[in-house]
Amino acid sequence: MILLAQQLINGLILGSVYGLIAIGYTMVYGIVGMINFAHGEIYMISAYLFAIFFALCGAFGVDSLPAALLATLVLTVAVTGAYGWAVERIAYRPLRQSSKLAPLISAIGMSLVLQNYVQLAQGAREQGMRSLFDGVLRFGSETDFFQITHIQLLIVAAAFSAMAALTFLIQHTRLGRACRATQQDRVMAGLLGIDTDRIVSLVFVIGASMAAVAGILITLNFGSFNFFIGFVAGVKAFTAAVLGGIGSLPGAMLGGIVLGLSESLFAGFVKTDYKDVFAFGLLVAVLVFRPTGLLGRPEVEKI
Amino acid sequence: MTPKGSPAPARRFFLRPARSGFLVGAFGDAALAAGIGAVLFVPILGLVLDRTGVTPHLERAAAAVALLFAGRLAVALAVRTGAWARLTEGAQRAGAPLWTGWSRGWRALAGRPRTGAALALAALAVFPFSPFANGYLLHVLSLTFIYILLAMGLNIVVGLAGLLDLGFVAFYAVGAYGYALLAQHAGVSFWLAIPLTAAIAACAGFLLGFPVLRMHGDYLAIVTLGFGEIVRMLLVNLTGITGGPNGLATPRPTLFGLAFTASPPAGTRAFHEAFGLEFSPSHRSVFLYLAILAFMLGAVWVFQRLKHMPIGRAWEALKENEVAARATGIDPTVTKLAAFMLGASFAGVGGVCFAGLEGFVNPSSFTFIESAMILAMVVLGGMGSVAGVILAAVGITVLPEVFREFGSYRMLVFGLAMVCIMVWRPEGLLRVARRSLERSSDAA
Repeated sequence: MILLAQQLINGLILGSVYGLIAIGYTMVYGIVGMINFAHGEIYMISAYLFAIFFALCGAFGVDSLPAALLATLVLTVAVTGAYGWAVERIAYRPLRQSSKLAPLISAIGMSLVLQNYVQLAQGAREQGMRSLFDGVLRFGSETDFFQITHIQLLIVAAAFSAMAALTFLIQHTRLGRACRATQQDRVMAGLLGIDTDRIVSLVFVIGASMAAVAGILITLNFGSFNFFIGFVAGVKAFTAAVLGGIGSLPGAMLGGIVLGLSESLFAGFVKTDYKDVFAFGLLVAVLVFRPTGLLGRPEVEKI
Repeated sequence: MTPKGSPAPARRFFLRPARSGFLVGAFGDAALAAGIGAVLFVPILGLVLDRTGVTPHLERAAAAVALLFAGRLAVALAVRTGAWARLTEGAQRAGAPLWTGWSRGWRALAGRPRTGAALALAALAVFPFSPFANGYLLHVLSLTFIYILLAMGLNIVVGLAGLLDLGFVAFYAVGAYGYALLAQHAGVSFWLAIPLTAAIAACAGFLLGFPVLRMHGDYLAIVTLGFGEIVRMLLVNLTGITGGPNGLATPRPTLFGLAFTASPPAGTRAFHEAFGLEFSPSHRSVFLYLAILAFMLGAVWVFQRLKHMPIGRAWEALKENEVAARATGIDPTVTKLAAFMLGASFAGVGGVCFAGLEGFVNPSSFTFIESAMILAMVVLGGMGSVAGVILAAVGITVLPEVFREFGSYRMLVFGLAMVCIMVWRPEGLLRVARRSLERSSDAA
């Protein structure tokens, strides 16, 4: 029972992070129809940026923790957004007119470039950051307990508020309406006066910002990262996006949470080594019975 | 999106033509690029994390920004003076062959593929006996042939049938480990293992193909990616069967029972004894090279035949428009499964060759990046094209070797090359002209 509760908490945390990264995948797929393979590397870069900017704040003598954190947060999200924008401009925009596969190869190349760029610039070793919050909430008896740390609470809160803010942006603002219009029919949206290039860039920046939030939260939680975390997280998050129905924003979050929970429960109760196998198996099972994912809209093919 | 028959839209590269004053505009563009470059490069390049905090290495970031400024200025000036348009004319025109800018001699050779291929083949066959050959070169070339073989297999799945398979390395692994396990438990020799593992890999192809029949495009991609990762994780974790991260040893191939070792096991003769030669380790290298060359040629020939057979037509029809293909009586289930199974069997043969070449197999050779590289070979070479994919396979396998001097910059340059080539020629190096009865105005 205690183990179940602990695994559920772990799964929720993991799932929130997957969900945040999956948002980037699903929004980009919805609007330009391509899988942004470099998105995982953007997440990895945000982890490095967070550590760098936080250390910079310390070097500049910013003593108060909330101020340093706020400044670091803003800087990290901004620069990560810049990376997302740059990747789109360089690798994907020239290929807008081409087949599905050309941007995919370009994305894989870009992913290689980013991974090796960070590896060469920052070194190949594991990086670490000291734990900033030490608080923890314990439930149960002295010896047999499950816990949730303050950082983990922050992760869940941040993930859900980011989701809420994004949903508000997409559903209730003019910019969001432009995004939805571009997603539905890019040519028509262009004819109606929407600058589709700018909207596509904006979507990439939003996706990168969400990944930045995920990267910050993960660094706060685990304290360590290296240049390779992007690949694994990217594949898992993409799985989550497909699981929830690619193109659907709530689907990305739902898919993330389902994936995180099932992975955590499987790892806790069956076997840790095969948790990734289970995750992919789950994906195949869902897709066999619901080919468009849990919340995906069935694609109506006009003949 | 453009109606058939109208000229392809002029591709707008991401550079805008001149709007404001000539030099000012160019400097403005370059300054903007440099500004964004500063935002990107200063944190990651300029501030290096270490145990205590960050160490500034701002000169690196400054150098990168300066390089970016100079490059962007050069390109902006080239665009404004029209030089850029002249340079990229060949790429801009849809359907322009790769060799528009080449000299007459090379163009004549490129225009006669059969002569070129025959010459290349003769050169390759004779190469091991020439004084240029050494163990390293033979090894690299043998690996290249294996990758060509793999690329031909993926060319069936992705190039002809249009099924985006990101987990092709799984079948490669099945082939290699299949040979290792068959040799270990049933004493199967290399030559017998080739058809056996082709069949086993085909079964694996069937296992993958069956659940994904109804999936399209990107769903198919992620499921195949997952399949590749599952196979790799099983190889790492099932230590009892697969030897875990250490892998398994595989026996080397023999020529009709003649081993290529200095001291053959009891009861068999050695190659050098049978032919009255001094033992030399190069014998095995040359033998493997020629054997793998033969398999690669076989694969290319089979691919060519398949492409022109009804099954190849059916694959292309499915790729173009599945509903229309079904309406003409093509069974999508059988056709798709055939694509997966045939592609997988190619990969299985490739795996056996790889195992025979290296002498051992371990999971680190079968990662996602291998799948990505083989996919890159197919897309860069032009989906469905034979010569293009061979060229791309050679380029992608040989390039990192050439770049060994760059040391740790290898993969970075490789990734940059991939992005640049895709931006330059998204349709691939050699476009595939479809054989049809009507003449179309553009080769789309």
